[in-house]
Amino acid sequence: MDLAYFLQQLINGVTLGSVYGLIAIGYTMVYGIIGMINFAHGDIFMVGAFIALISFILFALTSIALPIVLLLTLLIAMVFTACYGWTVEKLAYKPLRKSFRLAPLISALGMSIVLQNYVQAAQGARIKTLQPVIQGGFTFLEDTGFTVSLSYLQIFIILVTIFLMAVFTLLITRTALGRAQRACEQDRTMTALMGINVDRTISITFIIGSSLASVAGMMFVMYYGVIDFYIGFLAGIKAFTAAVLGGIGSIPGAMLGGLLIGLIEVFWSGYISIEYKDIAAFTVLVVVLIFYPTGFLGKPDIEKV
Amino acid sequence: MFKIMKNILSIIASIFLLGSITAKADVVVASAGPMSGQYASFGAQLKAGAEMWLKDTNAKGGILGEKVKLVIGDDACDPKQAVAVANKFAGQGVTYVAGHFCSGSSIPASKVYTEEGIIQVSPASTNPAFTDKGGPNVFRVCGRDDQQGEVAGAFLAKEYSGKKVAIIHDKTAYGKGLADATKKNMNKGGLKETMYEAFTAGEKDYSALVSKLKSNGIDAVYLGGYHTEGGLIVRQMRDQGMKTKLISGDALVTAEYWQITGDAGEGTLMTFSPDPRNNPEAAPLVKKFKAAGIEPEGYVLYSYAALQVFEQAATQAGSLDRKKVLKAMKKGKFNTVLGTLSFDKKGDVSLPGYVFYEWSKGNYKQL
Repeated sequence: MDLAYFLQQLINGVTLGSVYGLIAIGYTMVYGIIGMINFAHGDIFMVGAFIALISFILFALTSIALPIVLLLTLLIAMVFTACYGWTVEKLAYKPLRKSFRLAPLISALGMSIVLQNYVQAAQGARIKTLQPVIQGGFTFLEDTGFTVSLSYLQIFIILVTIFLMAVFTLLITRTALGRAQRACEQDRTMTALMGINVDRTISITFIIGSSLASVAGMMFVMYYGVIDFYIGFLAGIKAFTAAVLGGIGSIPGAMLGGLLIGLIEVFWSGYISIEYKDIAAFTVLVVVLIFYPTGFLGKPDIEKV
Repeated sequence: MFKIMKNILSIIASIFLLGSITAKADVVVASAGPMSGQYASFGAQLKAGAEMWLKDTNAKGGILGEKVKLVIGDDACDPKQAVAVANKFAGQGVTYVAGHFCSGSSIPASKVYTEEGIIQVSPASTNPAFTDKGGPNVFRVCGRDDQQGEVAGAFLAKEYSGKKVAIIHDKTAYGKGLADATKKNMNKGGLKETMYEAFTAGEKDYSALVSKLKSNGIDAVYLGGYHTEGGLIVRQMRDQGMKTKLISGDALVTAEYWQITGDAGEGTLMTFSPDPRNNPEAAPLVKKFKAAGIEPEGYVLYSYAALQVFEQAATQAGSLDRKKVLKAMKKGKFNTVLGTLSFDKKGDVSLPGYVFYEWSKGNYKQL
């Protein structure tokens, strides 16, 4: 009974943490490369969720098989959301790259409000709903009195997250693009002198971050089935916390932070009190930052312009 | 440069002045509620009712020969924004407010209305404190949560006697008030709750709560909260293979609840006043709403009735003066779509209390 309950909460926490982790990667990559916190990232995630929802509704009118619908929606959401991310970078951050440090940060807060209001104006202020796309799942440990259930959707979310994590970690560590990104992180002027297009590298970072956020958006809309123009705020705050906890600038750190935040929230709710779960998550953040000021996997010697 | 700025400023100022002067020439009434945010479907209900009333009243030539103007306020069910909306109404010369929706908004806004002498009639705020602690200008045309909790508590104590009931709420004025009222009455009926938990409104993930309910073997969950949270909780309960019944209050009376739950919402119970759509006097109006493409569900007719009270009170007083209208409201009887009603000393309405409804196949039906 107790083990089953623990297992169930573990499944809940890992699923939630995966979604946080995917969003956190976007924060961490942008911070790594230009040393700026992209506060509009939570809203990019929200835009991704809306695009996925629209795509699901359109595909529901056709008779395409489910796996293909999932794949197409994933692609559509990634491509369109990446366009948003790219545009935001071009409009709001690139012109400010040479200006003082706070300017792009304020610009990011502004973009966050712009995106929220844009979606509110375009899609209406009411919530949008989606009926379950994938139903059913496994149940086990039935004889203990507490049946643990693991839905296909949860498996899908966890697998897709692990897959994307692996792909993007390889991309950063093993490809020319990743090398260029890491070079930009260390010294932008020097990288430019070496013949690398810094602007392009930064744009690509935003595109990657946004498409990962859109995947998180798609998972969110499939798993919870209810979205509105405001979901980016709360999810953004949680994911940002996750990124800081794991060590901002580090991709495995973002994933680790996401999982930790998800697990802390769920286990605190499950064993202590649901009312104060956010306090628990943020207290852990404070305690961790006291002992590891750069987060668990952050590089201690980051020096940014 | 400075001069141009000054000129522009004075032009802007005069435009604003002109705006407020033209606004003051008519009778201004207001409808306020969550027009945006996750409870926007209720804001839309209040707005639909108010707009229909406006059309009908102005078609009849207004009130006492004066044309009526309607302003809409969006409080997003946020207490701070509700106070801002109330102050804005005061600036716009509003006489009468039919709002707000959430108790958490209505209560702080009522302080502003009392100071400004604006009459406030809420179509939907059920928290007892709203009229208990409100000024003499505060009324409601809906029931109270202590009545609602009595009905729900007695029902739970009888139907689930010896079984496990969990009571949860969303920490809002409405949600906590209703949950506590129900808990009190259920305990009085001899049933002690197995779990009592609070969560944060606006969250999407309730999987931890649901697992906790499951491990405690809960038979019924009583929710003090709104349809978005209720819908998600019921959906996530079914996802984890639970068949537990959800029982809640009047904040589930919107078709949006079913949009969230789909078939998972089958069998959900809620308390609400007897459906005004079934009143024979309301039949022509219901038809008119349907012709306009609006289903007069939930609080649509309540919003309409709250404004009808103003129209009739002003006619009975023979004046649009706030004090005279207020006096007429205190002692008059009003013939509304909800039936004939009057107000008691506190401002509560003399209408029948609460009954149970069951959600089935996308509609709610009285039990």
